[in-house]
Amino acid sequence: MTTPFYKYGFFGDETSLVVAFLIGIGFGFFLERAGFGSSRKLVSQFYLNDLAVFRVMFTAIVTAMLGVTYLGWIGVLDLTLVYMVPTFWVAQIVGGVLLGVGFAVGGYCPGTSPAAVVMGHLDAITYIAGIFAGVFTFALAFPLLRGLYTAGEMGAVRLPEFLHLPYGLVVFGVVLMALAGFWGAGWVEKRFGTAPEAR
Amino acid sequence: MATAVQEITETRAGAHAAAAERVGAPYMNPYLAGIGLGLVLLSAFVVMGRGLGASGAINSTLAWALSKVAPAWVAGNEFLGPYLGDGSTHPLKDWLVFEVMGIYAGALVSGLLAGRFKVMVERGPRISASARLGLAFAGGTMTGIGAAFGRGCTSGQALTGGSLLNLGSWIFMICVFAGAYTAAYFVRRQWR
Repeated sequence: MTTPFYKYGFFGDETSLVVAFLIGIGFGFFLERAGFGSSRKLVSQFYLNDLAVFRVMFTAIVTAMLGVTYLGWIGVLDLTLVYMVPTFWVAQIVGGVLLGVGFAVGGYCPGTSPAAVVMGHLDAITYIAGIFAGVFTFALAFPLLRGLYTAGEMGAVRLPEFLHLPYGLVVFGVVLMALAGFWGAGWVEKRFGTAPEAR
Repeated sequence: MATAVQEITETRAGAHAAAAERVGAPYMNPYLAGIGLGLVLLSAFVVMGRGLGASGAINSTLAWALSKVAPAWVAGNEFLGPYLGDGSTHPLKDWLVFEVMGIYAGALVSGLLAGRFKVMVERGPRISASARLGLAFAGGTMTGIGAAFGRGCTSGQALTGGSLLNLGSWIFMICVFAGAYTAAYFVRRQWR
């Protein structure tokens, strides 16, 4: 076990900010490459015309999941040192639905809007201004919202523990789900869509 | 020949949404882009012991900006206060703030290489620019509140938590898709 490097003290906080910037560059590069700097491309997945965004997202999840699982197995990565956001299932249902509606209405999500801003999309600027307004509203109303924000607390919990299934089996299940999703995406596009390859 | 292919494609698009008018080079193959994104995420896990994020940077920036106007209120606010830290470091010397600055830089490099820069309000043919800007703001507001409740967004929860098999992240992600697919019907005139 020698990674995560930062947690093992290979470098300090100042260096971690340089690392953050470099990782962000990689993140932003692939987001834009994939077409995530375009709101119409992003929302076309919700109209079943073009599910490229869905494909990118689930390929990324599967790639990182397989990497983490493999590196954990061979003893290179200590998974217990990788930060997990604690689960608050009630708050996360509320938050997920709100963010999803905001995604369809606004055309972006927080991570993709910077890619659209630098490509000159003015709607991404008002979208980001909206996020600031939303967080400000949330903070103002926090005394009223605290109850809902902390509802459904379960701590940091992973699917395998929750489902009482072996870790590897859940990983295998997610891979199968993704493959089924990719096959289904192709089928759906043939029915509803414009072939993305033709564009 | 090329025109014929194009015509067929356009006819097929027909009654459904017209393809988004893309500027510049074609986008990368989605599976390749996904592998690239996944490897960036994996490198964050291996190097830092944490995943990617976006909305957290907005919380830090907002806390810092408001502390210039109403320092006592921010410090006393249960949600934003923690983003100011203990005062030993600047609130913007934050991992996610630097990572998001990287997103801007990386996207700019990719987009310029592909010739995709174009100042515009991205929208369908049946909506005015000002209406689209207003809807983008409204959607952003809902996103901000949603990300606060969800303790993250599509980056920090769906992508990062999804690959760590985090229960809350999967609940969040399923609800994002449920909310988006439902709402999409009502705002379809915005895009097509």
